[in-house]
Amino acid sequence: MRSPGWMRVAKWAALLLVVVVALLFPAFESDPATVNIGVFTVMYVGLATAWNIMGGYTGYVSLGHAAFFGFGAYAFGLVLAHLGIQAGYEPFLFVPVAGALTVVLALLIGWIALRTRAATFVIVTIAMMFMIQLLAENLVGLTGGGSGLSFPVPPWSGDFFDTPFYYAMLVMAFVALGISWWIRRSKFGLGLLAIRDDEDKALAVGVPAHAYKLTAFIISAGLVGMIGAVYGYYVTYIYPQYAIDPLVGISLVLMVFLGGLGTLWGPVLGAVILEPAQLWLAYNFGASRLYLVFYAAVFLVVILLLPRGIIPSVGDLIRRLTSRRAVGPSDTASSSSDTHAVAGVQSP
Amino acid sequence: MTLILEAVIFGILTGGVYALMASGLTLIFGVMRIINVGHGALVILGAYLSFALLRSANVDPFVSLVVTMPAMFALGVVLQIVFIRPLKEDREALSVLVTYALALGIEGLLGYLFTNNFVQLTAWYETASFAVFGFHIAYVYVFGFGLCLAILIGIFFVLYRTTFGSAVRATMLNRTAAQLVGVNVDRVSAIAFGIGVSTAAAGGVIFGMTNAFNPGSHYDLISRLLTIIVLGGLGSLRGAIIGAVGMLIIEDVTAVVISPVWASFAFFLLLVIVLVVRPQGLYGIRVRERI
Repeated sequence: MRSPGWMRVAKWAALLLVVVVALLFPAFESDPATVNIGVFTVMYVGLATAWNIMGGYTGYVSLGHAAFFGFGAYAFGLVLAHLGIQAGYEPFLFVPVAGALTVVLALLIGWIALRTRAATFVIVTIAMMFMIQLLAENLVGLTGGGSGLSFPVPPWSGDFFDTPFYYAMLVMAFVALGISWWIRRSKFGLGLLAIRDDEDKALAVGVPAHAYKLTAFIISAGLVGMIGAVYGYYVTYIYPQYAIDPLVGISLVLMVFLGGLGTLWGPVLGAVILEPAQLWLAYNFGASRLYLVFYAAVFLVVILLLPRGIIPSVGDLIRRLTSRRAVGPSDTASSSSDTHAVAGVQSP
Repeated sequence: MTLILEAVIFGILTGGVYALMASGLTLIFGVMRIINVGHGALVILGAYLSFALLRSANVDPFVSLVVTMPAMFALGVVLQIVFIRPLKEDREALSVLVTYALALGIEGLLGYLFTNNFVQLTAWYETASFAVFGFHIAYVYVFGFGLCLAILIGIFFVLYRTTFGSAVRATMLNRTAAQLVGVNVDRVSAIAFGIGVSTAAAGGVIFGMTNAFNPGSHYDLISRLLTIIVLGGLGSLRGAIIGAVGMLIIEDVTAVVISPVWASFAFFLLLVIVLVVRPQGLYGIRVRERI
């Protein structure tokens, strides 16, 4: 079912507005503290979109993506140190190298983890994350262990410091969105959705499930690794327990679920809502640890009240309203089952 | 050689408490097909409950279980009814997120009430030890092992010798069929969750006496427990017990033979090796997991 003409125009206008606002944000906002929030929000837009390529399209929920995030940061730091790259704009050119190294790691992890399904897969990804964290702590000669790994510090003034990182994160977010958009429209993407709906049936109709899952997994991990690389350069000092933080891994999953699992814009919406909220909570209640309680409460409300996410729920509502007006109530059943397939909810 | 033998004995004794905690986790998975990522946080909560009783009323940690286990059972039943039961679609993925949120909430609350400083449960037998064949074994490990064994035997007795146990096992095998023959699946699920959480309280006391802990300790704990139940095969009690003892022996032996910093790594590496050879775990059955 095609959306009506005015809706398509509205969609493109909204998209244009979002892009313009995203591009001009640092020009309007001179306060570094606010730009800092912008950097992290755009970072999570990219992370959530990248995670969605695996978790949303194939239905394989990975809680270990923080491993790729931290690995990307470490790989980037080591590449910069060993090639002797000076601080400034030049390091950004080497971000894809960190992505490529993360892809190699993801191939190895994915090959083992994707032998399992559903619940077991979730657990294996958690275990893998802790293995990578332990490696970062124990390989002291390489990573510096618990005393951390330092990056070259860019010679930018405090007022300007966040701006290049904001645009670097924005580029990563656009790249992730572009890939996600392309996959959603390709035969490969259809195969991934078929795996999500019923892997055995997908195999039966000739979807090369294992190769497809592994491809989605390494694309997702590679993007997360590159974003981790930019993050490492931004914070200039990384430690195992902060670079590979389980909370990062779960936050991006929550963002995807809030916005809408398996949709293109769901992860973006989820990140834009949750990350500023999370930073605000951490800033105001961080000292007392109560922010974790608030965060957990938001989390529970989202999952229990909106298990399908905002975009599928709202889309359902709009479609129900428009179809009732145009065709009458008899059409609602078929249109809601159509959303069902698109929205990413598995039927029991 | 003596050191290795000592590590093996130590591994068996500490494996007992992990077996108990992992049994609760795998029981919950078996009955409800959900992964309780909050199990580690519930263990730490149990430890803090006993810690509070110890500090305020000087109650012996083992004795405090008389109060904390029923309390944690009630908490488990309430959590199941409020947070797990409403999940209808996509239970497996959503339950992971919900229980993760519970873990974060518990961590935040404990951090607020007790701060993030490390604490440990203490009693007279904590440092006292006795010698067997030249090995020095601390009483606390033996008491803990005995308690775990008693509770595990109790769980097996309930599961295999009572009507309620038959209902639980029927639910584990086939939820719909169990419902058809008249099992109140919702009630069985709530009680099973309560039992799982009350074993976490018992595990928490022993964990808290043998380790210093803080509210953030649950991450380390849950990653180990999840690894153990995947290794043993999800939903298999036998697998959880054998997995726990096996893992802890390997960890302790690695600590002696190679280095303590690689002990946890060996633990996770074993999981990888088992998954390559046998993706369903030791006692798991290969099923279509997504029903």
